[in-house]
Amino acid sequence: MAATLPPPRLLPSGDSAVTVEFSRTIDEDANQRVLALDKALAASPIDGITETVPTYRSLLVHYDPGKIGFDALGQKILPIATRPLPPVTKARRWRIPVAYGGEHGIDLEDVAKALSTTPDDIVARHVGGDYKVAMIGFTPGWSYLSGLDKSLHMSRRQNPRLLTPAGTISIGGVQAGIQCLAAPSGWHLLGRTPVRTYQLHRNPTFLTEPGDRVTFFAIDHKTFEEMDRAAEAGEIIAEQVVA
Amino acid sequence: MSRLVVASIGPASSVQDGGRHGAQRYGLTVSGAMDRLSLAAANTLVGNEPFAAAVEIGPFGASFTARDGAVRVAISGAPRNADVAGNPVAMDTSVTLKDGETLTLGFARGGAFTYLAIGGAIKGEPVFGSLAVNARAGLGSPYPRPLQASDEFTVDAASGAPELRIELPKPASGPIRVLLGPQDDEFDEANKALFLNSEWKISATSDRMGYRLEGPAIKHLHGHNIVSDGTVNGSIQVPGNGAPIALMMDRGTSGGYPKIATVITADIGRLAQTSAGTAFRFKAVSMAEAQDAARKFAQAIRSLPDRLRSSDTVALNIEALSDANVAGYAVSAVDAGTWQVTAEP
Repeated sequence: MAATLPPPRLLPSGDSAVTVEFSRTIDEDANQRVLALDKALAASPIDGITETVPTYRSLLVHYDPGKIGFDALGQKILPIATRPLPPVTKARRWRIPVAYGGEHGIDLEDVAKALSTTPDDIVARHVGGDYKVAMIGFTPGWSYLSGLDKSLHMSRRQNPRLLTPAGTISIGGVQAGIQCLAAPSGWHLLGRTPVRTYQLHRNPTFLTEPGDRVTFFAIDHKTFEEMDRAAEAGEIIAEQVVA
Repeated sequence: MSRLVVASIGPASSVQDGGRHGAQRYGLTVSGAMDRLSLAAANTLVGNEPFAAAVEIGPFGASFTARDGAVRVAISGAPRNADVAGNPVAMDTSVTLKDGETLTLGFARGGAFTYLAIGGAIKGEPVFGSLAVNARAGLGSPYPRPLQASDEFTVDAASGAPELRIELPKPASGPIRVLLGPQDDEFDEANKALFLNSEWKISATSDRMGYRLEGPAIKHLHGHNIVSDGTVNGSIQVPGNGAPIALMMDRGTSGGYPKIATVITADIGRLAQTSAGTAFRFKAVSMAEAQDAARKFAQAIRSLPDRLRSSDTVALNIEALSDANVAGYAVSAVDAGTWQVTAEP
């Protein structure tokens, strides 16, 4: 029988939620454990849990304290959270088109300068990455990706922008991102995608799920305009790659 | 069907209900009423489910006119002067507007949000089970944005049922209770004590996303960047400038600042109704106390129908009336029902 894994920390997030924390840092193993616990709780629900929210390093579990208390819930979660990880199942993979640079990626040139290289080289490194949706958060559909090329790791901007465009493709720290709605951001803007990771009245409303794999491919700005119109009309645009 | 037309309304007013649950994993926040007990009280007065959609009215005045028939409404929450054609309407009572009549509400005299519930509730197209406005995500029905003058709701015609008042449980007073965590270990004992022992005020730049707190700067032990993790209603995060922000119903679903403490469920509405500039304190409680309070809060909402009274039995409570006037509120005798508070069962 496989040995159990070290227990996560159970941190109270008020009286109706617990943060099940596997790591304090961005860590691929911790993220796998987060997603495995999330899946296990969805497959065999614990009475009283109302909603789960996976993040890089922890699973936020919302619950009804009228149905289960903090200690009792912790005792039910711990044995599941310390189980050896199940074998990796095939994840969905999305190919996402990106119009890099120019008005769609206003930081591309500055990023190239900061890293002493050319914009084309930055695009090549970004397109060359094999990413995973580690979490979705902040605003609807904002997909935080792990797997950014180490040479592209750089600090966030000193002065975050109060508004960045819908569909922004950006990098910040060790993370890459697909942003759906216009929002404030302190990340570096490399390009824009016509893909809507969140679109009301479309099936599915949310395109990406934590655990999905993502790769990017470059499109020119004219193709962006065409795809953007199609996406506005409800087309998914992103290509799902059958493994 | 009748219509209720928004004749005039100030900013920070929108349709809200019990919130949008189940999609926080996709970054979609819950929204919903800032003060759930007052939403539930207003709804209970007109026979709706406690968390049905109602109008959340911000601190400024508003007026509503019935068209094409009578409309039954009720108000609860932040106290304000209210009248129909010059006849005062008490808080925590129902009133029927005849065709063409207008309910006029003044500024909030304390607190921020007043709830106007409509008999038969506001109708619309729910998304993830909710009509609540989340303006940033373009969600909410019938209007996916704050309300404006000349917006209107198609509503059930008033049934002619007798008017009711509701005797609410005595509001809790004293410090806003918090549970420390989830990242209280990102602060040393001195800074945790500074947070718990200082007087705080809510900044005027606060909104449904977060209440910015003015007071001493809280210092972090290891800097202000943590790896983003999930937030809840009432999470108190401390950004780099040391000024805490209590995250409210339109919060981001995740955040990258350490969260020193979390407001307990039973006290979130009370924090939401604390006016900008009013001094208050926090108090740390145990998990057992917080969860006991959460269960009692849920029970108080479930038992609201037991607190309904016929509105012609309003008795004057001179002591409460006088207390209220001392507190700076101009309370009319007709308003006395608002202040007639029975002991906690």
